[in-house]
Amino acid sequence: MTTSTPRAWWKTGVGLVLTGLMLFPVYWMVNVSLTRDQDMRASPPHLFPTNGTLDGYRAVLDQQLPYLGTSFLVGLGTVALTVALAAPAGYALAKLRPPGGPALSFVLLIAQMIPGIIMAMGFYAIFLTLGVLNTLPGLILADTTLAVPFGVLIFTAFMSGIPDELLQAAVVDGAGRLRTFWSVVLPVSRNSIVTVSLFAFLWSWSDFIFASTLAGGGDHQPITLGIYHYIGNNNQQWNAIMATAVVASIPAAVLLILAQRYVSMGVTAGAVKD
Amino acid sequence: MPSTTETTTAVRDRGGAATAAPPGSPPSRTRRPGRWWGWAFLAPVTVYLAAFYAYPLYRNVELSLREYTVRSFVQGGAPFAGLDNYRTILTDPAFGSTLTHTVVFTAASLAFQFTIGMALALFFHQYFPLSRTLRALILVPWLLPLIVSASTWSWLLNSDSGLVNAALGVVGVDPVNWLTSPGWSLTSVIIANIWIGIPFNLVVLYSGLQAIPAEMYEASALDGATGWQRFWGITFPLLRPVSAITLLLGLIYTLKVFDIIWIMTRGGPTGSSATLATWSYRLGFGNLLPEFGPGAAIGNLLIVLALIAGLGYIRIERRQQLR
Repeated sequence: MTTSTPRAWWKTGVGLVLTGLMLFPVYWMVNVSLTRDQDMRASPPHLFPTNGTLDGYRAVLDQQLPYLGTSFLVGLGTVALTVALAAPAGYALAKLRPPGGPALSFVLLIAQMIPGIIMAMGFYAIFLTLGVLNTLPGLILADTTLAVPFGVLIFTAFMSGIPDELLQAAVVDGAGRLRTFWSVVLPVSRNSIVTVSLFAFLWSWSDFIFASTLAGGGDHQPITLGIYHYIGNNNQQWNAIMATAVVASIPAAVLLILAQRYVSMGVTAGAVKD
Repeated sequence: MPSTTETTTAVRDRGGAATAAPPGSPPSRTRRPGRWWGWAFLAPVTVYLAAFYAYPLYRNVELSLREYTVRSFVQGGAPFAGLDNYRTILTDPAFGSTLTHTVVFTAASLAFQFTIGMALALFFHQYFPLSRTLRALILVPWLLPLIVSASTWSWLLNSDSGLVNAALGVVGVDPVNWLTSPGWSLTSVIIANIWIGIPFNLVVLYSGLQAIPAEMYEASALDGATGWQRFWGITFPLLRPVSAITLLLGLIYTLKVFDIIWIMTRGGPTGSSATLATWSYRLGFGNLLPEFGPGAAIGNLLIVLALIAGLGYIRIERRQQLR
């Protein structure tokens, strides 16, 4: 695994090139967001925003703030509901092991495989009857379906690693199961709560299909629809479209920087158990 | 991490139930209430699953078996149509081409995502300065909202001012109408989807590589194996279970892909990039007069495909846990 230093630096160079290639579209998005309208159709395109403008970002501030606010609220609601549903379930599956638990895990695994379009159509029919179409609670409910099965999976995997002695000590101290869960299991599981919350927020933030089918006609539309309408109505102002895209990517960027550890934990735990 | 599907629970449960156990009763009876107690914690998720997975699925099946109009959708009373909607879909001239697009989209996406993801995983598995940081940065495309990736690619592939055509012009290739010509639209959405899927493959395969003990490589290095021989002799066979899971999960995700195609091409022009997912959406939500019945019917076909893939995934998972 160890190599001499000059060779390792040569590899860093290759790694930089590969990363640069993969991230080039992201760079291009930032570049276009800073390009002036009159330079947009320049041939060849400007590789750097030499005559940069912040007009695109000004347009975002003028027009997209309500969309961003909606996405933020929906994201927070989704996180709260997901953790509230998934954490107790993870505890039960990992530590209480009730009869029928494995069958429920199986159902959760299957639930993750249902295509979004099918859920959207079913939700549309139900929401119409319930009158929650185009409302924030409706969208929050729909968005939690993206994260709840994943959340239970992560919590189960994590909580089965909590030593039984710790839980037994709580019982000896006279704590009931609810209290053990609240005062021992939850605090110890902080990392998995962070992981699940991050993904729940990110998925609801990125959701397009539920937004467009269940909130497309309402006053409260998330940022994905903000961008989508922008592309549809406004083919000219690509700097504004790309500026909105940059702003909409900020949660992902922040997430990656602040929570690198949790991100890769989430990705791998979702697929491979080691 | 210990397996979650362990069956020996007797010992673990005794601690929890001991305090509540009335003296003198047989141990098997004291254990029972403790075990059922778990369902108190599972109740919310169970109710939730029934209300927000099972019921929408049931509604979707019902939609596909009835003749819905906009009016009957709101007021109810749609006549039962049996399998008419399925017949409509299967005899639609678009069915064959849409199914082909779905298969091509899925197969091409998987092949390239996996190969590139594997190459990158092997590369980043070596130690070199900045390798961790760069590997984390490559995750960015996977974390971006799909609408962002899709609109960025739309602009990159724009016929007149897109960078891709400008780059082709430099090497003397005529501009391609990536998104607006029927011959290229499917390729365009596949390119974007490959880009989005590479990080996922990279991360999962990388974690698989890390599980291979270094001694195996040391032993083969002593035997004088070349890098290529090491890959085919050690890495590839040991990575097979992880590879299978990566591909199957990729299959399940790719069958579902809707956002990218819809945002970039709306399945067009003239259905040339439509897949089962976008077709279903178009019928249900993309027209002024929704055809919920046929849309739901396609959705149900899609779910059967996804479930077949899903059962394959679970089989492999189980087999891995047994070892």
